[in-house]
Amino acid sequence: MIYTQLFLTFFKIGLFSFGGGYAMLPLIQKEIVTNNSWLNLSQFVDVVAISQVTPGPIAINAATFVGYKMAGIFGSAAATLGVVTPSLIVVLSLTLLFLKYNTLDTVQAAFTGIRPAVVALIAAATWGIMPSSIQSVSSLAISVGAFIAIRRFHLDPIVTLLLAAGLGTVLYS
Amino acid sequence: MKTPSTHNIESSAATESSYVAPTPGRLFWSFLSIGAFTFGGGYAMLPLIRKSLVAKSKWLRDEEFVDAIAIAQSSPGPIAVNIAVITGYKLSGLQGTLAAVLGATLPSFFILLIVATFFLGIQENRFVRAALTGMRPAIVALMASAVYDVGKNTIKNWRGALLSIAALVLLIPVQLHPVFVIIAAAITGLVLNSSRQAPSYESSQQQSSYNQDSNESRGGNS
Repeated sequence: MIYTQLFLTFFKIGLFSFGGGYAMLPLIQKEIVTNNSWLNLSQFVDVVAISQVTPGPIAINAATFVGYKMAGIFGSAAATLGVVTPSLIVVLSLTLLFLKYNTLDTVQAAFTGIRPAVVALIAAATWGIMPSSIQSVSSLAISVGAFIAIRRFHLDPIVTLLLAAGLGTVLYS
Repeated sequence: MKTPSTHNIESSAATESSYVAPTPGRLFWSFLSIGAFTFGGGYAMLPLIRKSLVAKSKWLRDEEFVDAIAIAQSSPGPIAVNIAVITGYKLSGLQGTLAAVLGATLPSFFILLIVATFFLGIQENRFVRAALTGMRPAIVALMASAVYDVGKNTIKNWRGALLSIAALVLLIPVQLHPVFVIIAAAITGLVLNSSRQAPSYESSQQQSSYNQDSNESRGGNS
């Protein structure tokens, strides 16, 4: 049945893709395009492009889209549920372990090492999106302006994003 | 829970009123707005998550937020969903987890349904593209700002700073996978702290007796 198939395929994607975001795309592509032929390559590229212009986790976007295309709204629901379920099981188990043992000195010691690395992780992610995000003097100006607005004037991030989107519409369309 | 004492909070104080305890309902709405306004997925969601859970509601400290990112990154699945699972459970149990995951997922689900039904060409619409071209540099700014805040509150000594720089080198020029960087950092933490008595922040993590040293700490309770 298509619903089971969608659920299981996206369960597999949710279970075996690490890193979130674009890091999940190769596995999604393999399952959707190569293994199941639910989309051809150009349709898959469209899904990625749509994910870039719509909010939310990319894996959820892909699951919803492919599910809908194959089997309507219920297909969407089956695929989305499939991609989320491994997170629920695996991450919940890890969280239970962490909350149980995080007062141990060894765990604390490990996390004093992990925390600075996570800061580096976010910094590296920021670095990684810079070339594709800042490509002109005006986009550099938006970035600097947004930074000042957030830090100096405590502008809400969502408001900042909406203002930048409005500015983009005026400047780039 | 605790009543926060009145003290000066310099940054992000615009919405600061009083501490509101996390409930499944409130977690749902927090993650709904996070899910509805983050484009690009993955780490692009972190600034909004931090703003909502750390800066605005004071439900988490930066250390707890960073720990959640470490677990989320080391687990399979979308980062935002994983963080919803972790913080939902930590703040409000199993119901909190389900509410947070539902909140993080629903906007994406419904928007994609609408796009798939009515707006299949949306990615080629020039206004949509222009809006996103404007939004992307702002996302860089949001993330850079989050790096600054999180770094300020979690890197507490020169060893932490060195570790952070080392991790950055492994991530950017060396291109090591983030999971291996986290594992290497954990081992480094174990080795560095095995000879010492107490790690830089006390083991009373959950019972939370917080320092007043950072201007974004939840408030002086003990």
